[in-house]
Amino acid sequence: MNFDYTEEQQMVRDSIARFVQDDYDWDTRKAIVASEDGMSRQNWQTFAELGWLSIPFSEADGGFGGNIVDLSVVMEEMGKGLVVEPYFPTVVLFGGLVARAGDEAQRSSILERVIGGETLGAFAYVERQSRYALNDCKTSATATADGYVLNGEKVVVFNGENADTLAVLARTSGGQFDDDGLSLFLVDANADGVSKVCYPMMDAQRVANITFDNVKLSSDALLGAEGGAMPVVEDVIRESLVALAAEAVGIMGTLNTKTLEYTKTRQQFGVAIGSFQALQHRMVDTMMAFEQAKSLLFKALCEYKTDPASADTTIHALKILIDRNSKLIYGEAIQMHGGMGITDELDIGHYAKRLMMINATLGDGTFHRTKFIESTYAAA
Amino acid sequence: MDMTLSAEDLTFRDEVRNFLDTEFDAEMQKHLRSAGGKGMVAWQKKLYAKGWVAPNWPEEHGGTGWTATQKYIWESERSLRGIPDVVPFGLVMVANVIMAFGTDEQKAYFLPRILQSEDWWCQGYSEPGSGSDLASLKTKAERDGDDYIINGAKIWTTYAQYADWIFCLVRTDNSGKKQEGITFILVDMKSEGIKVNPIIGIDNEHNLNEVEFNNVRVPAKNVVGEVGKGWTVAKALLAHERTGIAGVADIKRTMRLIKEAAAKEINGGQPLSNDPGFQQKMADIEVELMALEFTELRTLATMAAGGFPGPESSLLKIKGTELQQATQELRMELAAYYQGVLPTDMDPDVLGHEFGSDARRSFMYGRAATIYGGSNEVQKNIISKYVLGLE
Repeated sequence: MNFDYTEEQQMVRDSIARFVQDDYDWDTRKAIVASEDGMSRQNWQTFAELGWLSIPFSEADGGFGGNIVDLSVVMEEMGKGLVVEPYFPTVVLFGGLVARAGDEAQRSSILERVIGGETLGAFAYVERQSRYALNDCKTSATATADGYVLNGEKVVVFNGENADTLAVLARTSGGQFDDDGLSLFLVDANADGVSKVCYPMMDAQRVANITFDNVKLSSDALLGAEGGAMPVVEDVIRESLVALAAEAVGIMGTLNTKTLEYTKTRQQFGVAIGSFQALQHRMVDTMMAFEQAKSLLFKALCEYKTDPASADTTIHALKILIDRNSKLIYGEAIQMHGGMGITDELDIGHYAKRLMMINATLGDGTFHRTKFIESTYAAA
Repeated sequence: MDMTLSAEDLTFRDEVRNFLDTEFDAEMQKHLRSAGGKGMVAWQKKLYAKGWVAPNWPEEHGGTGWTATQKYIWESERSLRGIPDVVPFGLVMVANVIMAFGTDEQKAYFLPRILQSEDWWCQGYSEPGSGSDLASLKTKAERDGDDYIINGAKIWTTYAQYADWIFCLVRTDNSGKKQEGITFILVDMKSEGIKVNPIIGIDNEHNLNEVEFNNVRVPAKNVVGEVGKGWTVAKALLAHERTGIAGVADIKRTMRLIKEAAAKEINGGQPLSNDPGFQQKMADIEVELMALEFTELRTLATMAAGGFPGPESSLLKIKGTELQQATQELRMELAAYYQGVLPTDMDPDVLGHEFGSDARRSFMYGRAATIYGGSNEVQKNIISKYVLGLE
């Protein structure tokens, strides 16, 4: 039993922390968020050069061959810096799908470009009616003589504004809610028949609603087995949930640190507000909320490393706990910063908004509690 | 980041399982239930014979020298079988103080006797009126030749009725700050002038006592650490207490009992285990418990590596006791009307229920958990000062 990070993981952690400290201060980030693309392509190149974009991919695919712990380190540190560059949508979601479902040709052509920072990807899976149900899919792909024709709409596609290549979940057979009959397709974001409406989210993500109107796809656009996408999607979602949890843990720790620092310096009634017991006990509560979330992340990491599927129950629990504890932590962080806490100027609100979006991604606490109950008490 | 058990760990687990299944037999279980607090002595002697009674002691004093993983395995297997943990007053509390602050003579005399469960210990900290403000204690020890003469009273003394020895904080000096002038001293319960008055608890049982001291003569060589430095000694003890107090394995067992019982409690033709409201309550506790288990493991791993427990350890007592009480409350809910049954020895066939009275007793006794060892509010004061650095 050990909960230590390897020297290599520590080096990755340090290098991201150094980047955040030296090249990603709050004003720089603000300028990036306000820029045309809402991200820095120069930063993206830096990520490629430093090898961060290669972390989860196998050495055979030209990657770093990292495991879930390596990925969690990256996500945690990016969370601390509130990095807006689309690591999660491109590397974890899009790259994760290609790495698992792609044939050799697809993997070598696409992953090399992902790792090199030449491609920005997105996974288009949410539909207007679907909420968190992955299988609720109306977008259809109909087979033709030499490929498929894609029709439908995907909404709130993370990185949808900047992605040049999309992995689209579409139905090739079956009814609207069937697990079977779902397929993945690689779609050029600029192909004929693809149109998008772009908008920003409160956490500075650039997303898009993307419409597919008779988009012609060649047969090699199919990613993985026709009709058999669901198991691959579930594998990617599993990894994504752990990655997001790590990011959330990074943010929660940062919020606690910043709030603690503030209560030690902010004077009211002639003393630091941190001297008030009414605040002290609540600061202990937020510290405990963070440590508990971190512990459960460790459990998920250990289980996932041994066998990803064995971590499912813990991952549901993790999503429930992060939903619950992050609300406590960001709520208290805003409250204890007083008037400043409710300004756009201060970073606190931005950390809060990212946590809220993490909670709303791939199922919130309520959704995962239902799943947790199904998986834990089904036999009872 | 790794939780897989090695081949040695698996062999160790087999040995633990084999030992517990053989030694914690029906006779021992019956003995433990019927003989009250003293029933534990027989079990602890068996553990001593095996060399396993003190997992947290250094090997040189008779500890097991187990790794963090081995401790975890031991705790899991023990609680799985519903075996109570050892009584902490001697083996955990006073032993650690003697090891850290005691004289060679004290170590040579007391430690082997504690290890062998020859002496039953109780804790003399709280006093009538002192509550969580431990330093306000008034029990007085005055020097008289080679002895101290102790006058005063201690309260909430668990198992004083069985105890051979009591470790006390007493006031040897009144002149300075209230934390100064406190001394840690060991007192033979057979000394003349000691009187034990039972206190019946909210659980209707006799576990608690008041201990009166009327001119009790105690040899000065029974002082542990320096005279007047008892506060430092007491604080070191609290750190030890803090790390072992979460009791995750035991809470897990209670959750298992709840799940089993929920499948048998029928409401309107449906077992309570199918009730969405009840399922949500179970899920909320279990999620927190899964996290706490790893918080405890993180602490174990840090300590095994020779480190001082980090901030994660300070929440063990608070979260552990909160979860304990949450499970006790849920078990009461499960028992419905039967949660109020007072007799503890009624035949379930006559009564029509199996665990109502047991649930009541645990719930009631469990109220103490957020109060003793420094109430959870005091714990939060300590954490905010020493961990968060807020003053």
